[in-house]
Amino acid sequence: MRNFAFHRPQSLAEAVALLGANDGAKLLAGGQSLLPVLKLGLAEPPHLVSLAGIRGLWGGISSEGGELVIGALATHDEVSASPEVRRRIPGLAALAAGIGDVQVRNRGTLGGSLAHADPAADYPAAVLALGAMIATDRRRIAADDFFTGLFATALAPDEIITAVRFPVPECCAYAKFPHRASKYALVGVMVAKTAGGVRVAVTGAGARAFRAPALEAALGVRFAPDALGNRAQTAVKPEELRSDGEASAEYRAHLVTVMAKRAVQACL
Amino acid sequence: MATITLTVNEKRHVLDAEPRTLLVELLRDQLRLTGTHVGCDTSQCGACTVWVDGKSIKSCAMLAVEADGRAVTTIEGLAALAPGSGPHADLHPVQAAFHAHHGLQCGFCTPGMVMSAAELVRRNPQPSESEVRHWLEGNLCRCTGYHNIVKAVLAAAEAVRAGQPTGAAAGAASGGAR
Amino acid sequence: MSGAEGLGAAVLRREDRRFLLGKGRYTDDLQLPGQSWAVFVRSPHAHAAIRSIDAARALAAPGVLAVLTGEQVAADGLGTIPCGWQIKNKDGSNMVEPPHPALAHGKVRHAGDPVAMVIAETRAQAKDAAELVAVDYEPLPAVAQLAAATAAGAPLVWEEAPGNICFDWHLGDAAATDAAFARADRVVEIDLVNNRIAPNAIEPRAANGHYDEVEDRYTLYTTSQNPHLTRLLLGAFTLKVPEHKLRVVAPDVGGGFGSKIFHYAEELLVLWASRRLGRPVKWTAERSESFLSDAHGRDHLSHGELALDADGKFLALRVRTLANLGAYLSTFAPAIPTYLYATLLSGPYVIPAIYTEVKAIFTHTVPVDAVRGAGRPEASYLLERLVDKAARETGADRVEIRRKNFIRPDQFPYQTPVALQYDTGDYDATLDLALQAIDYPRLAERKAAAKVRGRLRGFGISTYIEACGIAPSAVVGSLGARAGLYEAATVRVHPTGSVTVFTGSHSHGQGHETTFAQLVVEKLGVALDGVEVVHGDTDRIPFGMGTYGSRSAAVGGSAIVKAIDKIVEKGKQIAAHLLEASVGDIEFEGGKFRVAGTDREKSFGEIAFAAYVPHNYPIDKVEPGLEDSAFYDPKNFTFPAGCHAVEVEVDPETGVVEVVDVAIADDVGVVINPMIVDGQAHGGLAHGIGQALLEECVYDPEGQLLSGSFMSYCMPRAADLPQFRVGNHVTPCTHNPTGIKGVGEVGAIGVPPAVINAVLDALEPLGVTHIDMPATPEKVWRAIRDAGGGGA
Repeated sequence: MRNFAFHRPQSLAEAVALLGANDGAKLLAGGQSLLPVLKLGLAEPPHLVSLAGIRGLWGGISSEGGELVIGALATHDEVSASPEVRRRIPGLAALAAGIGDVQVRNRGTLGGSLAHADPAADYPAAVLALGAMIATDRRRIAADDFFTGLFATALAPDEIITAVRFPVPECCAYAKFPHRASKYALVGVMVAKTAGGVRVAVTGAGARAFRAPALEAALGVRFAPDALGNRAQTAVKPEELRSDGEASAEYRAHLVTVMAKRAVQACL
Repeated sequence: MATITLTVNEKRHVLDAEPRTLLVELLRDQLRLTGTHVGCDTSQCGACTVWVDGKSIKSCAMLAVEADGRAVTTIEGLAALAPGSGPHADLHPVQAAFHAHHGLQCGFCTPGMVMSAAELVRRNPQPSESEVRHWLEGNLCRCTGYHNIVKAVLAAAEAVRAGQPTGAAAGAASGGAR
Repeated sequence: MSGAEGLGAAVLRREDRRFLLGKGRYTDDLQLPGQSWAVFVRSPHAHAAIRSIDAARALAAPGVLAVLTGEQVAADGLGTIPCGWQIKNKDGSNMVEPPHPALAHGKVRHAGDPVAMVIAETRAQAKDAAELVAVDYEPLPAVAQLAAATAAGAPLVWEEAPGNICFDWHLGDAAATDAAFARADRVVEIDLVNNRIAPNAIEPRAANGHYDEVEDRYTLYTTSQNPHLTRLLLGAFTLKVPEHKLRVVAPDVGGGFGSKIFHYAEELLVLWASRRLGRPVKWTAERSESFLSDAHGRDHLSHGELALDADGKFLALRVRTLANLGAYLSTFAPAIPTYLYATLLSGPYVIPAIYTEVKAIFTHTVPVDAVRGAGRPEASYLLERLVDKAARETGADRVEIRRKNFIRPDQFPYQTPVALQYDTGDYDATLDLALQAIDYPRLAERKAAAKVRGRLRGFGISTYIEACGIAPSAVVGSLGARAGLYEAATVRVHPTGSVTVFTGSHSHGQGHETTFAQLVVEKLGVALDGVEVVHGDTDRIPFGMGTYGSRSAAVGGSAIVKAIDKIVEKGKQIAAHLLEASVGDIEFEGGKFRVAGTDREKSFGEIAFAAYVPHNYPIDKVEPGLEDSAFYDPKNFTFPAGCHAVEVEVDPETGVVEVVDVAIADDVGVVINPMIVDGQAHGGLAHGIGQALLEECVYDPEGQLLSGSFMSYCMPRAADLPQFRVGNHVTPCTHNPTGIKGVGEVGAIGVPPAVINAVLDALEPLGVTHIDMPATPEKVWRAIRDAGGGGA
């Protein structure tokens, strides 16, 4: 790992200033995505700005009206164990309980996962399917506008996620087909019945997490696994999906339908 | 260089390290606590698992500077937190169970496996076999086929239910500082 | 069983405590005074010419002590890494044996081939500097897969090996086999891939070399399964320093599984560099480096044909195999796809004629050598897949076709047509045990219940045999081994009656510190606490051939028993003197020397004391002291065998295979410690299930290893595996003094075909008839879809 300058700001403003003043600076939250990237030399940021010193960002979890608000630094373990999350959006607690392994869940954070925007991470499917708003130091970004590409988001280089606001759905569930070695999602599908209709989001399958309108439409008509029929050809186009040593695009496309059905089943 | 103040196995240390130093490097190279092992470079194998503020983490996926102000427990310090009773009075119940059930062979994954399992029995003293197997997903073993590890963890949980301590104090000691 | 600590007792392990408390001493844990660190610059190309290496920037980097290259290795006269086994071609000529330089010189031949060694004050500095070494490569065309390497016009790994053929070898009687096929009623054929796997001991390899100028002596701490063999190869071939100037220590070693048998370049280089620098030099592999430098295993393409008569009796077997050896010959590489593979192709069956041809092929990949099982898993996989296919194609029952062809207990010793002579076995007994354990009669009920849950349940077995305790030296020597294959032990009885055993069988998870002590307890009647087992240090142990091929208990244990026998004989002479009886009347039992038929006796401790305080002693007949050594060279291999029964459930929508039940029954001969023996079986099963379902080294056509980390190479985890039920039936080995056969590899050898046979049984209703390992979800899904059985 290349050396870097390490900063531990005590306030959000200080953190934003450090990011602005240092080209190529990266934020460090739980580090469960970033550390492996740095160790493999896939990124060599000259500055790391740790969020550990900023009390205001602590991972509080609270209900505000029809929304569940989770602080950016809430660990996956805290989200999965939170009585509030379990009561209001149990599908989200279950998703968090299936991220990585125990040690990753004890360190990794919601904000860190979203900002890293790994195409195979689990949380992107949740924010998309639940129509969450991602709150930053300066604005709120709709989940639909957040993921812009492979490891790319709408965040400005000096912008910091502070919390995620999840509208509480009627029901939701996440079905994940894990990569056997890495435990990332080979395909993960989150299905949610929300006030605005059925939303289906897919992670792991493409260059970024995305919504699946064909599946949403079918489930909007009838919310049942068999409403999806056998839609491998129509739900998502294999040519838009990832193909790698672990799974072809064709297989991933098939899994999208299977996982969507299982998520719907889990909702019922 | 950064100056890091941390508690390791209930002993306070003030150390200098490069920012890029991993917690596991600090433990092994500077503190010579070589019970924490390194078995991979992608944070998959779990041989480096330690507790930070009472929760298991992979010390190869945490910068030493991020441990500033925190309490670290390694395999060398686990037994002191929760000594067992009977013939293995100086072992944590998980360590005693690994011995009693042949839960280790070459011993290399063992420290990480024990640290991970010890968190499980503390948090859930009544795990099912399936819960144990899933809890251990972050720890690889090539020798045992996990069969006796799972047996050992279930036995340790039973010992905990019977009243043996689990080392819960490790998290409380630091007041959960983050 | 003879008491709580002797033979057959499930004694808890004595080595556990240090490991459980984090006090193990592994190679990387050792920090020598003045320690420096080495990092290797490795080739990113599978095949390239090295135009130049510019180390100037690296040498100028902070903390850097030296940058060493292949040119300096050659200039200093270091030897190339030798191969320990020579195979002859069909025509009697020798195999092609290209040089294996410690650091690549002129050309690199696989991704990961070491090119330069950077030594610095700290590991981080060495790593930083390694990135500054500028190597100018001219990339050349490469071949990674067997099919590509054997195609016409394929790029050559070695000019001296046309067609990339290292050797073209055969075994068996071609004419007799052809004749048997000519009169066969049925012939069943199969084409199989035996997938390449990485050994992945959780402890990465490491080496710490120290040259002591005052003593003019080298010490190597290394992650080795056999320190004496490493010393021998360093002394005679690579470092070229006589053995008395070399000490090799293998301290606690975190698993080997074959990968730590071999002499690797890094071991030589840290010693050499230490002498050049006057500092100890340590290297520890990172996991991604392990994937590119530990010898891999398996990687066969085979075509098998089985001839049967109208009754379903096997008449003959014909096998053609291509074996990938990688770019260089690792220490035992040529022996694996030959004498550890083709010789096992008779399995537990009477097959009157067998003919095997094996072509070993060079490719631009990491060398391939022994990994847990080594050749025998390839043989059992081929044969047990073929037998299942024969059952399916002839309409026979899978169990009955095996029973019908088993070698019967009254046929031992049984000479196979492929060189081996099995001494003993009872294959029906282990088959019955496994079937009973898995409740075979109620299989249909379980299949029906699974179907209700939308799952396809399948049952599979394999009835395997293997050969352990590789031996005898004279035989392996005639087959091309360049080493003897005996084991050595010294038993030292101290004046107060405590015992130290020095064994050449290194323990890296096997529990020798416990089991070998149990042998001493059994034979000498002393308490376990009074026995210490020492291994892994060439300065303390007279000699040894090491731990591999499940040979430790059968060969190493037998050497200890032979040394103990000598101690007892001497003790009898001392006792006869003290008890004023004739030696012939002295019996030794339960730790007492007794005059037969009387109550006159001396304890073992009294005799030991008399041997060291010989005031009243038969000094004219025996020397004082009580210590003896033995070298045990076995008369034959041992032949563990058994039946592995597996049930799987397949999710037809996703192709996921879940192993839901594993019941095995092994005959591993006499058992010293059933707890440890079961543990060895468990580990082997996980390894075998890993190969069958999860693990594969995948190379792209250009020779890049795509599965080069634990992120992409799937290691078995706890949640991937069920509980294992392990049964046992003992027929003692007839030719060694312990009756032990060996257990370390049975799981890896027996279970892969059982898993795949179970998968195919599950998929049979959908019309699937073939699948290769690893049976990944996508592969299973495609097989279902291609068979038209749904799943799309």
